Parts: sequence; structure tokens; C-alpha cells
Amino acid sequence: MSVVVRTIARILIPVILVFGGYVILHGHLTPGGGFQGGAVAASAVALLLVAVGAPAVKKLKAPFSVLEDLGGVAFVVLGFLGIGFTFFANSLAGMGGLFGAPVPSGPNPGVLNTAGTVPLMNWAVGLKVLGGLGAVLVLFGLFGGDDDR
Amino acid sequence: MTILAILQVLVLILIVAGSVLAVWLKDLLASVIALGASSLLLALQFYLLQAPDVAIAEAGVGAALTTAIFVLAIRKTRRKEEE
Repeated sequence: MSVVVRTIARILIPVILVFGGYVILHGHLTPGGGFQGGAVAASAVALLLVAVGAPAVKKLKAPFSVLEDLGGVAFVVLGFLGIGFTFFANSLAGMGGLFGAPVPSGPNPGVLNTAGTVPLMNWAVGLKVLGGLGAVLVLFGLFGGDDDR
Repeated sequence: MTILAILQVLVLILIVAGSVLAVWLKDLLASVIALGASSLLLALQFYLLQAPDVAIAEAGVGAALTTAIFVLAIRKTRRKEEE
């Protein structure tokens, strides 16, 4: 595409990726979550693909596939973490450590370091959505040869 | 009729206008951009109707990803619609 699109893409892609990470990270406090943040981050991949063309980002296909596999495996492993009680039991909530702070009672703006396995599962879903949609976009761009008009 | 209801009706009229434009235009790239604008206005309507979760999903998938996929498809085929 034109130099205008490429310059705007160079400025906007990091901002879109950071906003996707914000939506995933605050998934248990604010609207959004794994799927929404992953879709927002994948739109950065779409912008990159439209700006520079598919053959330039051919190398990204394998990392996206690996990211998708890792997200799915991480989700199931986090589900098995609570197997002592039930599958998907939130065994990390309120235990201290990562995302284990107790939730304060009463009205509060929301504490990020709470909710146990839920934010970690949001990250797993977000990485899986980013990897899946990114791999689909790159494969779609590569379909039918490299005629870049 | 409050200001919020007027805004919702206005956004709905603009959604219908964008959709009609997407069907009516013969230049497929302009048609796809009209469809993306319509989708973005639909996300705004979801936000006005107190559903920010759906609005983020609609803005990410409907406005960005489908538009990019349609642009890639047009790049691989023809740009003008034939009669």
C-alpha cells in the first residue's frame, strides 16, 4: 500500500497491541477479556498485513501457530490446577502470590492483583485468539500466489 | 425524548445508510469501507445500549478483521463490480 498507510501503521501498531494487552490484563475488572483483547491485538496484525503485504510477513505464520497451541494447552493446564477440588476450581484466588490478593469488601475501584486463575486464563484465551486469527490472516493473505497489486 | 434516545436513533439511521451504501456502490473497496463504517457505528450503538463488552468484540472483529479480510480478497480479485 501507499507510504501514508505504511507510516500510519508504523505508529499505530504498537498502540493497538498495548491496548489489546490492557483489555486482556484487566479482563476480570473491566469490560473485555481474553477474546476481545485477542481480537483487538489481531487487528494490529491485520493492519500490518494490509500495509506491507502478505509475502513480507510470511515468517510470522509459524510463531502464530505455536502461540495458538500454547494458549490452548495453558488453558487446560490452568483448569487442571484445581483438580483437587473440581476441574476449573479457582485454586489460586486468595492464596497470596500471583493474582492471589484478597478482594476488599465494599465499593472499590477494583484491585488488579486478584481473581486467581481467571486473569491467567484470560491471557491463555487472548494468546490463543491472537495466534489463531493471526495465522488465519497470514494464510489468507498468502493464498493464491504473491501477486501484490 | 432525551438526548440519548435522539443519539441512538441518529446512529441507527447512519447504520442503515452505511449498509445501503455498501450494497449500492459499484467500487468494491468503497463498499467494504462503507460496511466497516456501518460496523463501527453498530459498535457505538452497542456501547450506547450499555453493552461495552459486545462493543469491544464488535469493533475488533466486525470493523477491523472483516474489513482487512475483504481488502485482502479485493486485492487478489477485481476491484470493480460487473453488471
